[in-house]
Amino acid sequence: MDRRPTVLIPIAPGTNRNEELALAFRAAGADTNQVPLAALRRGEVKLVDHQILGLPGGFSYGDALGAGRLLGLDLTSWFAEQLVEARARQMPIIGICNGFQALVRAGLLPGDVPVTGRRGQGVTANLAENENGRFECRWVELLPGATWSPWTAGLDRPIRCPIAHGEGRFVTSDLSAVEAADRVAFRYGIAGAAAGGAYPDNPNGSAGDIAGVVDETGLILGLMPHPEDHVFERQDPHRRRALGGRCLPLFEAGVAAVAAG
Amino acid sequence: MTVPACTKCKKLGEATTAVGRYDILDRVELDTDVAVVIGPGTVDTGPDGPAEKAKLFGLRANQIVAYPIVHLRGALTTEQIRTLADALLIEPVTQWWMLRDEHTPPSGHGRVAVIETGLRPGVTDRQAAELLRAAAELGIPLEAAAFGTRWLVYGFLGEGDNVRIAERVLHNPVIERWADDKLIPAFTDRQAESPPTRTIPLGGHDQAGLEAISAERRLGLTGEEMAAIQKWYASEGRDPTDAELEMLAQTWSEHCSHKTFRAMISTPDGEIDGLLDTYLRGATETINAPWVASAFVDNAGIVNFDARLDLALKAETHNHPSALEPFGGANTGVGGVVRDILGVSAKPVAITDILCFGPENLPIDKLPPGVLHPRRIRAGVIAGIGDYGNKIGVPNLGGAILHDVSYTTTPLVFAGCVGVLPSGSNPTEPRPGDFIVTLGGAVGRDGVGGATFSSQSMGTETAAVAGSSVQIGDPVVEKGLIDLVVAARDAGLYTAITDCGAGGLSSAVGEMAEDLGADVDLAKVPRKYPGLAPWEVWLSEAQERMVLAVPDPVPLLALAERWQVEATVIGWFTGEGRIVVRDGESTVIDLDATFLHKGRPRLHLQATPVAAARTPRSPKELVGTVVEPVDALRGLLAHPSLRSNEAVVRTYDHEVLGGTIIRPYDGVALDGPADGTVFVPPGAETAEPLRGAAIGIGSAILLGRHDCEAMAWAAIDEAIRNAVVAGADPDRLSLLDNFAWGNPRNPETLGRLVAACRGCHDAALAYRAPFVSGKDSLFNEFVGPDGTPDPVTPTLIITAVGIVADVEAIPAVGLMAPGNDIWLLGPAAGMLGGSHLDEITGGDRGGHLPGPDPEAVLRHREMHRAIRAGLVISAHDVSEGGLAAAAAEWAFAGRLGLALTVAEHHTAYELFGEGLGRYLVEVEPGRSDELMEIAPSATRIGWTTNDGRVRIGTELDISLDDIEVAFKSGPGNVVGRPAAAPEPPPVTDDGGDA
Repeated sequence: MDRRPTVLIPIAPGTNRNEELALAFRAAGADTNQVPLAALRRGEVKLVDHQILGLPGGFSYGDALGAGRLLGLDLTSWFAEQLVEARARQMPIIGICNGFQALVRAGLLPGDVPVTGRRGQGVTANLAENENGRFECRWVELLPGATWSPWTAGLDRPIRCPIAHGEGRFVTSDLSAVEAADRVAFRYGIAGAAAGGAYPDNPNGSAGDIAGVVDETGLILGLMPHPEDHVFERQDPHRRRALGGRCLPLFEAGVAAVAAG
Repeated sequence: MTVPACTKCKKLGEATTAVGRYDILDRVELDTDVAVVIGPGTVDTGPDGPAEKAKLFGLRANQIVAYPIVHLRGALTTEQIRTLADALLIEPVTQWWMLRDEHTPPSGHGRVAVIETGLRPGVTDRQAAELLRAAAELGIPLEAAAFGTRWLVYGFLGEGDNVRIAERVLHNPVIERWADDKLIPAFTDRQAESPPTRTIPLGGHDQAGLEAISAERRLGLTGEEMAAIQKWYASEGRDPTDAELEMLAQTWSEHCSHKTFRAMISTPDGEIDGLLDTYLRGATETINAPWVASAFVDNAGIVNFDARLDLALKAETHNHPSALEPFGGANTGVGGVVRDILGVSAKPVAITDILCFGPENLPIDKLPPGVLHPRRIRAGVIAGIGDYGNKIGVPNLGGAILHDVSYTTTPLVFAGCVGVLPSGSNPTEPRPGDFIVTLGGAVGRDGVGGATFSSQSMGTETAAVAGSSVQIGDPVVEKGLIDLVVAARDAGLYTAITDCGAGGLSSAVGEMAEDLGADVDLAKVPRKYPGLAPWEVWLSEAQERMVLAVPDPVPLLALAERWQVEATVIGWFTGEGRIVVRDGESTVIDLDATFLHKGRPRLHLQATPVAAARTPRSPKELVGTVVEPVDALRGLLAHPSLRSNEAVVRTYDHEVLGGTIIRPYDGVALDGPADGTVFVPPGAETAEPLRGAAIGIGSAILLGRHDCEAMAWAAIDEAIRNAVVAGADPDRLSLLDNFAWGNPRNPETLGRLVAACRGCHDAALAYRAPFVSGKDSLFNEFVGPDGTPDPVTPTLIITAVGIVADVEAIPAVGLMAPGNDIWLLGPAAGMLGGSHLDEITGGDRGGHLPGPDPEAVLRHREMHRAIRAGLVISAHDVSEGGLAAAAAEWAFAGRLGLALTVAEHHTAYELFGEGLGRYLVEVEPGRSDELMEIAPSATRIGWTTNDGRVRIGTELDISLDDIEVAFKSGPGNVVGRPAAAPEPPPVTDDGGDA
């Protein structure tokens, strides 16, 4: 594809890390359009005029009433029709940290998961307060999974990046169903070691060490850690120890997913 | 309303007393509201949790469970309440809700007491505001909401223990109320009448009478200042209004006019014509550094970063509010300094914080009445700092936590901020006819009187009477301000800008209108609730507001709407030199701007030098005579001011913006203390080589007990060392000063301040490092019930910001490889007077202090040249705890051993002595000649090893594991973390070792 796709990055009151997300996508070969939510809401800018949706981190609406909840409400209310159309066009969508929280609150993640047991209510998930009850900023290692998803298909080795959240503990009504459906895009852990499990490798107590999930199409990815903060070598605290694990390929995969589609 | 009303709610807890000026805030208490309890409750058993705090007061609860409670008002159906709760209040997976009337405490942990807490009316409640907004989107007619907590306290509590636990542990009367069992929320009245503006007769009062008026209104003005006001009004032929008196008090307050730092000071050695002009600004003018674009004139200093960008620098104090309401005080402290940066049109890109607390294990019987326990202050302040910075998306890049017993009654919070702006893009000239536009939130009684309050001493009564002086922040609004101001700056929409800080509109508009005069209508100012007196609107310190001078408001208002920031035109600059403030039809202020800003009589103060005679000390003191070297080192590493604060720093976002290069904790496992931090400002990411900004922070409070001049030199030297290790050019530094002092009307206290300022001046000149901004916080003393003042230990914090020409050349934090040479720049021995060794071994045992060292600048330059030449693999400065502590931290950060020898016999002076301009560097063995050429003061003192031990001669030998245990002895740290491993093999299905 010779034209660079454009990423829409909405900015709600309290959103941050939108600048880094834009830098990451530009480094990955896309153009970006950072737009205040008010302009989207007034229809000055439309989601369907873009090829990728990137929901950045931060504290939309101050995380009042729970992290990502009110942004999630926006997604399911006035933004719903545009999202339906975007999904019909197979638009890749990524939600990072607060964006992930909003996608979960909006019911878009983990999406439609076949139920393993008899509960029959559909599988729900939540990003609850960290196990230690605190906001936590630290670098973590992420083991990619769900390689059928265009987002993680090209990731053949772990990536490293920081987390920065207080409400990132992934919990779900049916962990085995989420795992059986191969929706786990990233787990916290140390490569080569048994699954992380313990603090601080699993920094927030997430069930199954889950750091990120995809929906049933694989096109919607949500994760708590911040790959957009490890796109350039200079950002790596271990750059002089050559540990690798840069996250640029993740954003390149999202851009490539547009090109392929 | 179809939900049964809560009939038992009429009884308000007896101890729910209103505080201070909130008495005049009318409340409406209805019994038709409904309260929703959200479960499951949470139990915090951590060191900062309620059960542990209760133990401090001898109250032993088996368990304390907290349930969020939400009070709803409106004509709501049961179905609507269910929709609200399901959609907006609980999480489907983990939470449930029920009406409060149905909520009965589960049994099983002994007797239970139920206590409810909630915010006072008018205190920022972002949750309630968002709930109202979201309910409206769902079409639910919610009229008001309030969030609180329902506490179940289990245990065999004695008579009255529920009251004690509520008052001392579960709520803070400054911002909250509590009730036994059921609290009725205090919604603000929508119908309250505004009190009119009153005239305060001054005519005929003598000085004592004027002082009484000042005291009664808590104006903080002296008799002499009141007399000047009386005289001016006599010439105008009238008396002042309350609004005018409040404006004068605010403008003339210590906080806003720095009258002590501008005072004429008599000393035995002659007159000092103002500390600020003589010493701080004086040093800057003498140095005349070409990179300083603006110093001491605006909200923040401005220095060049590169050919296109400038940096804005500011560090503030927020001590008094943090003592009363630690979370809110620290929270708004960060918010305030960030707005100082915005106030020079810069985008905030880094935050710093230095926090000073009393001993965490202070026995309760040592705690004066009216004072919060250091642990409670510490927990609240740390949470407040993190909350604000994290939520506005600005990384926290450096700080310190210092402990001293004097910080028990006067805890200190220093918050700093660095911003970035295109060179020359800060407009500072309002023009006649420009409109005055406020950006940001509505006003309430928040912090009314804050500027005058923070300029006075605190006492037991302060917590009770100063309630409204403390504010709560709303960082989401501030984030909107940042985005809006940067966009408005780039579009050239304003001619001047300032923040609304202490003193509110009175201070902001007053300063902007100093030359032009202004005409303002208070009726236009958006309010949180009715019933405010005009002077309260004018003085309100409601947070998150900026004031702009705007030639054409239309495009600015459109931009504000796009960023969802409230923007209001409240008046214009007249060019007539008078400050006229109306409230609709009536004029409440009509002041001559010149009198307002120039009419204050200058203070004349007396300073008495404090002699610093030192008792002699054996020059060959062996540590073993007092304490074994290895035990001394363990004690130093575990000292509350030296030990790891990693668990605290992890609660601050230091990665956001993606520009962080050196983190506060770095090294092989990201748990080694970095000397300075480095970041690449947004907009500078594409430069070749990549240029960065380094932040170094210095303090020397132990020296301040003996000699404040020595303290100033040591603090400046430490800040510079930290920046230089992080790659900064020592000949391209800019400094910020922060003083926290006792009562400067005491001649000895002032004498110490004079000494500190002289030290700042002399060191700045010696190092050619200009001050560009600063902040003094005076009257930091607590007056106990018996009238004895308890002043804070003299505290000077220096922040050095430097330029790193190439971030690739920055030395690593922590040792990198075994077999490398270790070199010491500077003397092998330090001084023991005022040392941390003495601090941990029972106090001052005499000996010289580390004094001024004009030669230190040569070593800063040698160090920098060695870094630029690529010789320095890793480095660490020699600081608190001397060579031994520095070696231990450095080795631990890299998880490698050290074998060092600096003398035939290592005395306490070599191991633990402290001094200026000392560095440890790791260099490859083959490069000794190059290093000696560049750094003549360097001595090779040993090498790196891989045996996991730090050895200094035969006198000291300690394992890295023991170092870690001591260094991480503070709360919350993780011991035994593995170091980062080399890149693992790919995880593919077809063979991992490919």
